Amino acid sequence: MAAPARVGLRRWLSSRAPAPRICVVGSGPAGFYTAQHILKHHDLAQVDIYEKLPVPFGLVRFGVAPDHPEVKNVINTFTHTARSDRCAYYGNVTVGRDVTVGELQQAYHAVVLSYGAEDNRVLGIPGENLSGVYSARAFVGWYNGLPENRDLKPDLSCETALILGHGNVALDIARILLSPLDFLRKTDITDCSLAALACSKVKRVWLAGRRGPLQVAFTIKELREMINLPGTQPVLNPADFTGLENAVKDAPRPRKRLTELMIKTALEKHREKAVMAQAAVPRQWGLKFQRSPQEVLPTADGMRVRGVRMALTRLEGSGDSAKAVPTGDMEELECGLVLSSIGYRSLPLDPAVPFDTQHSIIPNNLGRVMGVPGLYCSGWVKRGPVGVIITTMNDSFDTAQSVLEDLQEGVLDVSVSKEGFGAVGSILRSRGIRPVSFSEWEKIDAAEVARGKAAGKPREKIVDPQEMLQLIGH
Amino acid sequence: MMLVTILCSVPVSALIQPQVGWKATRFKQSPSLPPQGGCPNFSLFFFFLLSTIFITLTPACLATKDTPGDTKQDLSSMIAQGISGLVRPLLSGLKVSKTHFVYFCKVTEQNCIRSKQVSRRGFSSTCKLQCASGESSSADPVTVHFINRDGERLTTTAKEGESLLEVVVNQNLAIDGFGACEGTLACSTCHLIFEKDVFQKLDAISDEEMDMLDLAYGLTETSRLGCQVRIKKLMDGLTVRVPVEVSDIRSQLEVGKQSKQ
Repeated sequence: MAAPARVGLRRWLSSRAPAPRICVVGSGPAGFYTAQHILKHHDLAQVDIYEKLPVPFGLVRFGVAPDHPEVKNVINTFTHTARSDRCAYYGNVTVGRDVTVGELQQAYHAVVLSYGAEDNRVLGIPGENLSGVYSARAFVGWYNGLPENRDLKPDLSCETALILGHGNVALDIARILLSPLDFLRKTDITDCSLAALACSKVKRVWLAGRRGPLQVAFTIKELREMINLPGTQPVLNPADFTGLENAVKDAPRPRKRLTELMIKTALEKHREKAVMAQAAVPRQWGLKFQRSPQEVLPTADGMRVRGVRMALTRLEGSGDSAKAVPTGDMEELECGLVLSSIGYRSLPLDPAVPFDTQHSIIPNNLGRVMGVPGLYCSGWVKRGPVGVIITTMNDSFDTAQSVLEDLQEGVLDVSVSKEGFGAVGSILRSRGIRPVSFSEWEKIDAAEVARGKAAGKPREKIVDPQEMLQLIGH
Repeated sequence: MMLVTILCSVPVSALIQPQVGWKATRFKQSPSLPPQGGCPNFSLFFFFLLSTIFITLTPACLATKDTPGDTKQDLSSMIAQGISGLVRPLLSGLKVSKTHFVYFCKVTEQNCIRSKQVSRRGFSSTCKLQCASGESSSADPVTVHFINRDGERLTTTAKEGESLLEVVVNQNLAIDGFGACEGTLACSTCHLIFEKDVFQKLDAISDEEMDMLDLAYGLTETSRLGCQVRIKKLMDGLTVRVPVEVSDIRSQLEVGKQSKQ
């Protein structure tokens, strides 16, 4: 009598149908939204989320700028999902190293790969590896406390910084470099970065792109924020915008408003600049168009960057598909700090998973990995590293829909019961890996919040994974 | 037998809790445990307890599936009170489990504020907003209809001054991914399409709202963000449409394909 009671009242009460066990690799927005959608639309499914870091949430924690805390509100819904009965979180587990995708496929009915893009595209030009040249991804990781970038120590002792790229990440970096320190002090930017920025000599930031104003990838909210940044002055060349007012008259509203804002800023500030003349404007930022980087120029001792040689381009075609073609003319831009913000890039995880090296994504059809039944993907590793959280959310719901369909139609055979973490746990133990549970993350979370309180910050991020593990007694 | 009974009593109470979601109500009303002298007949009492729990929980679990929030809470609080009354004397009689019971109280006290505010549906994409809960309703509630992505009409009542996002979240409407940024103008997931005549009567749109609306999929001339539109009396009978996303077009195609077979 007592034995069946121990085995579980819950099992007695729930339906006799087998519970599908799903595994999600990656605990960023893609992983969590996929998990959430499956759990919501299937009453029995159990979802386990694996994460290589001890702490969850991916780019919401490590990518979203510190001064955009509202964007991080999605963490609340992810937390709710993680705390639910049919969901479990296993941090500190590197899939592909600690456990293979093949082993996961043995243990689960379906495996969803949502591990994002941990690398970046390279410029492929001489001098790219000089001191003073960093990828935007590493720089963002540095000020957001991503463990692998904690020792970046970017040199901010020069006056001029050049950011290559016209996306939101480029604008984020420009804003962090030029924001009044008081703004940043109350955010969750790491202490270490705050100290470095306090000593920064950077007072001029150029954002250069290969194409024109009609091809910028950043969005209007971020641009407006930059234009209104206190203590800074936008420098936009009106000549770059001749004739564009007409060109966007019939464009879709988002493109039209964005372009109109740039035009307005270029003309307004141009007039004001003449009036302000000698007024001491502490900091400046500007957009440069139709400039393609050709070589990073070294200092006399050959150690550091002193400038970048750019090829001037002209546009062939129009709109999103316009191509930048070099005209033959060159320009040298003096700078001491170069940030390459030309895109993130996914890496192959495991030999068992097909990978499209040209596009750096996992080949798939509606989230179903091609040629591998039971394997799915969602988020940036599926579509490429573009888009904001809502884009990833819709995409993840899409993949979840594929999983749900396959469960319903028997493409995924749930009559064969799978052990889920039961099997994976013993594999990890035999390899000396101790996963971090969600409640253990909440201890780390509480510690970060407590440390931040003293400084008036929402949290002080712990940047050393060993420290995180020690905190929870691992 | 006695050891097994003692060992069983605590895990059984642990198993029961997540099922019904009645943590908050149960532990909030437990003061000190009544003292009990003597040792009752454990085996018989325990069997009786288990049967009662089993019988009362079954309807509760069945009721948790699709009923609206209020019904579930009433039923579960009744059950909570019933079980709490049964369990307390058992645990105090067992003496050893008293510490466990108190432990559950402490642990769940912290969680119970949160669980009250968390959506009872379980997996909505937004946690319950704190603003509108617990307020007494003003004069006349306003009726609002939401046409969901699959064409289903969701009808609910709203209070004047509530934003449409608050209505969706507080009424637990089944709209996937609605209100990700919790009304802070940092996303466009609460995008709604209005009828022309109502649209024109809405308060003017700000630049900040338009900036985020510009990123929404399926933008129309009568689109607004739900978090920025507040209910007014003139909106009684309002019908808004949830825009179809790319994934929805696809799932509609799938459904169409299947029905043709």
